[in-house]
Amino acid sequence: MSGLDLAFAAVGVVAAASGLLAVTTRHVVHAALWLVVCLGSVAGCYLVLGAELVALVQVLVYVGAVVVLVLFALMLTRAPIGPRAEISTGRLHRVLAAVLGAGVTVLLASVLLPLAHPVDRHETDTAVLSRDLFSTWVWPFEVLSLLLLVALVAALAVSGVGARRSDARGEAARAEAELQGATGEPS
Amino acid sequence: MIHLAGPYLLTAVLAGLGTYGVLARRNAVLVLIGVELVLNAATLLLVSVGASAGDRWTAGNVLTLFVITIAAAEVSVALAVVLAVFRLRGDVDLSEPRS
Repeated sequence: MSGLDLAFAAVGVVAAASGLLAVTTRHVVHAALWLVVCLGSVAGCYLVLGAELVALVQVLVYVGAVVVLVLFALMLTRAPIGPRAEISTGRLHRVLAAVLGAGVTVLLASVLLPLAHPVDRHETDTAVLSRDLFSTWVWPFEVLSLLLLVALVAALAVSGVGARRSDARGEAARAEAELQGATGEPS
Repeated sequence: MIHLAGPYLLTAVLAGLGTYGVLARRNAVLVLIGVELVLNAATLLLVSVGASAGDRWTAGNVLTLFVITIAAAEVSVALAVVLAVFRLRGDVDLSEPRS
């Protein structure tokens, strides 16, 4: 067992444990924060595997952008603070989900582990990676930029759905809050 | 030298946890967290294949970058849908269908 194996085991255990907490915790916001830890330690796994650029992009895009989006969505949907049982399904449903998840793990492990063998770690040179990205992969790269544009426009279009009704609901809620004298926010 | 059993095992565990998260959560945003875990399992597998010599055109790393980009696009659209559902229904509980 080499030093790289030990390093991977260390970050891998953190990733698996925080992933488990992210899907089982009863605090809504904690789930997003455990996801940060999980994605960060997966970035550490990429570093151990010699993919520096991918690790940096993982930290920038996943931990920096995707998790912030998830936290924004949690706040905008008025996520409850504190432990809540109702964010998960019932006990029977959870047991079935755990059996299915364990089944996925066992299936993937039984397929992948016989293929595993010790390899000389091949560190990806960023110069080589960028040359390949802008020569061999340039068309998929351009199509992806188009996909991002479409996603941006679609997100804007979809987030307009129900805005008028929400305004009416917000007016009603605001009037109620003013009646109770409990409003602390500027409207 | 690194043995690929570790990355492969972590891939399997993350995919299983993500499946559990998708199935066992009622809050729509938390279902998305499960999807993110499955996507990370896939990218970890791509990177670990890229770490063994002999993948042409650095395919493992480049495809990982592509998957991360697609995940960012997916999550922005999905969260817009979640917000629209919250506006129309008042909650994002997936297990209570309402008219």
